[in-house]
Amino acid sequence: MFAEYSASELTSIFAMQGFAGLILFSVFVLMALGLAIIFGQMGVINMAHGEFMILGAYVTYIISNLFADYLPVIYDSYFFVAMIVAFFVTAALGAFVEWAMIRHLYRRPLDTLLATWGLSLILQQLYRSVFGAREVGVTLPDWLMGSYPVTDLVEVPVNGLFVMGLTIVITVGVALMMQKSRLGKQTRAVVQNRPMAAAVGINTEKVDRMTFALGCGIAGIAGSAFTMIGSTGPTSGQLYIVDTFLVVVFGGASSLLGTVASAFTISQAQSTMEFFLSGSMAKVLTLLFVVGILMLRPQGLFTLKVRH
Amino acid sequence: MRLPSFENTALARRGFLKNLLAIPAALMLAHTSVPALADEANTTGLAVTDDTVKVGILHSVTGTMAISETGSVQAEKLAIEQINAMGGVLGRKIEYIQEDGASDWPTFAEKSKKLLVQDKVAAVFGCWTSASRKAALPVFEQYNGMLYYPTFYEGLEQSPNVIYTGQEATQQILEGLDWAAREKGAKKFYLLGSDYIWPRTSNKIARKHIENVLGSKVVGEEYYPLGHTQFNSVINKIKLKKPDVVFISVVGGSNVAFYKQLKAAGIDMGKEKPLFLTISVTEDEILGIGGENIEGIYASMKYFQSLPNENNQAFVKAFKERWGDDIVIGDVTQAAYLGPWLWKAAVEKAGSFDIDKVREASPGIELTTAPEGYVRVHKNHHLWSKTRIGLAEPDGQYKVVYESDDLIEPDPFPEGYQ
Repeated sequence: MFAEYSASELTSIFAMQGFAGLILFSVFVLMALGLAIIFGQMGVINMAHGEFMILGAYVTYIISNLFADYLPVIYDSYFFVAMIVAFFVTAALGAFVEWAMIRHLYRRPLDTLLATWGLSLILQQLYRSVFGAREVGVTLPDWLMGSYPVTDLVEVPVNGLFVMGLTIVITVGVALMMQKSRLGKQTRAVVQNRPMAAAVGINTEKVDRMTFALGCGIAGIAGSAFTMIGSTGPTSGQLYIVDTFLVVVFGGASSLLGTVASAFTISQAQSTMEFFLSGSMAKVLTLLFVVGILMLRPQGLFTLKVRH
Repeated sequence: MRLPSFENTALARRGFLKNLLAIPAALMLAHTSVPALADEANTTGLAVTDDTVKVGILHSVTGTMAISETGSVQAEKLAIEQINAMGGVLGRKIEYIQEDGASDWPTFAEKSKKLLVQDKVAAVFGCWTSASRKAALPVFEQYNGMLYYPTFYEGLEQSPNVIYTGQEATQQILEGLDWAAREKGAKKFYLLGSDYIWPRTSNKIARKHIENVLGSKVVGEEYYPLGHTQFNSVINKIKLKKPDVVFISVVGGSNVAFYKQLKAAGIDMGKEKPLFLTISVTEDEILGIGGENIEGIYASMKYFQSLPNENNQAFVKAFKERWGDDIVIGDVTQAAYLGPWLWKAAVEKAGSFDIDKVREASPGIELTTAPEGYVRVHKNHHLWSKTRIGLAEPDGQYKVVYESDDLIEPDPFPEGYQ
């Protein structure tokens, strides 16, 4: 199939395709990170993850309109403000949801699945009532659009670079936080042994709430960043939820490293196959591949060794 | 966001009370004298009284499809209100009962049955996706209802109980491909769509036309799952294959992702290298995509909001007055607007609300007041209409660059294209 192309064309195409895979990888990590924290550390299956992401996207939409109306001079920098606000708004909603709903269901993991699914429907209808059923267009600052031409054929999209940078910053930030910070240590203590953690004076309820809020907050940032590459509508969150769960489950629920490794494997497999096959077939094969691995390794790629 | 369901239940309730009051009045009249016209129209077992007639509106106002179907609901309500303001149909005011299909195909069938059996509506304006129409179709055929279906669709269907007010595939596609070949000298085509029946059927027709009629080449044909959000791979393939035209039938949220990523990948759509020709992006979708992200692509459809004719100017003005200044009107919204008007014309021609008589009267009905200009109902229940090519501009509107000379005959079962 490559006979008709010259060597230089092929090199550039593989370079671009590799880059496309890396962008997909970053997108996967970014959308799965919040879910991985909540699922891995708390055992809660958050079906409303996509809706938290879209809340972040709507916050971005609102902030961009506010900047356009009141602060047009510094419009170009609104995106950073939007991401920070998106984090806090979704984290606040996450904390509220944990307080109102999740904490009553910790002993019933299957019920959290149902309850958060209900929550996702409620949030969708809420967005529809507030923002309308149609998708909203989020205007991006000019510097995020376009691409850097490397050669005639190879062009690197700026927003792809931005998503990659953001993913690295957030992943490293979360990893550091889990390893070094007080909250991180407390979270890990609670995951390993809840009664003992409580006995040494850790406020486990507070830790749960902070963890859930953090996971939701990261979903908010992801949603904010995804306004660059996807749609913002009441049900757009549903577009991400399957891939997100796939990445988290495949990686091994309780390991952040697993999430990263799994995102890398799936994204590379998918983007390589997409190039040789049609999009739908690539998706089917990716899913088959994941199912196959999970049959051999039900716990996922990586697991945390915990004494129960 | 308005909450249409609330106002409707209120309306429906008012209608119900009115009917209750009307029963004794009708009984008394039956003993005395009944006007001939009312007699004729009232023998049908439908929800028709001396001064009202009930119709149904059946679209998704919740769920995924609400994005697309909202415009159709608004158009149908506007048309009904305008008809009422002109004195109604056969002297009767139209009352609508709105049901929510909730983006769930079996719900469309259930609600159709409710509208036909329980409410005994004289016509239903509704459905949007082919899947919802296919689900509702057996109900309309069993209980002999009349459905006005607004969406451009893949064809291969012709029911005595449906009037298709949008274009079927050949009307929309062939003219667009011919235009690209004739005006832009296109020789190599790349077909790209979401993975379901409409894009697949459309591309099948497109491929036959490109290969057999235009004598050109299809260099790629690709489908992505509904809701797919990562298009970098296919964009690379397009760069590699260097087609003259990318023919696109991607729908829904995927659209937004596709055009944003296309632009981010450094493809200037305005350069027309390749030229992007879509059959799925109306002004409604551009709202979500953002005009600056799609500027320079072409769309092949029968209606654009920017059509300069007088009918359309009046329509756009009325639509904005009713639903707000920043609203946009896409192809399907206009087609939905035609529904109540076509029904009114057919009822008046038949002199009755009776479904069979309306069906008989429908072929040949013309609308000279249609925003798209002029349409006529074909005996196959589709519309004769013109096809236009629009160029997307940064403000989210299309500039009409080409219009077919004549009305194009609807051909839902195109020979040589299956």
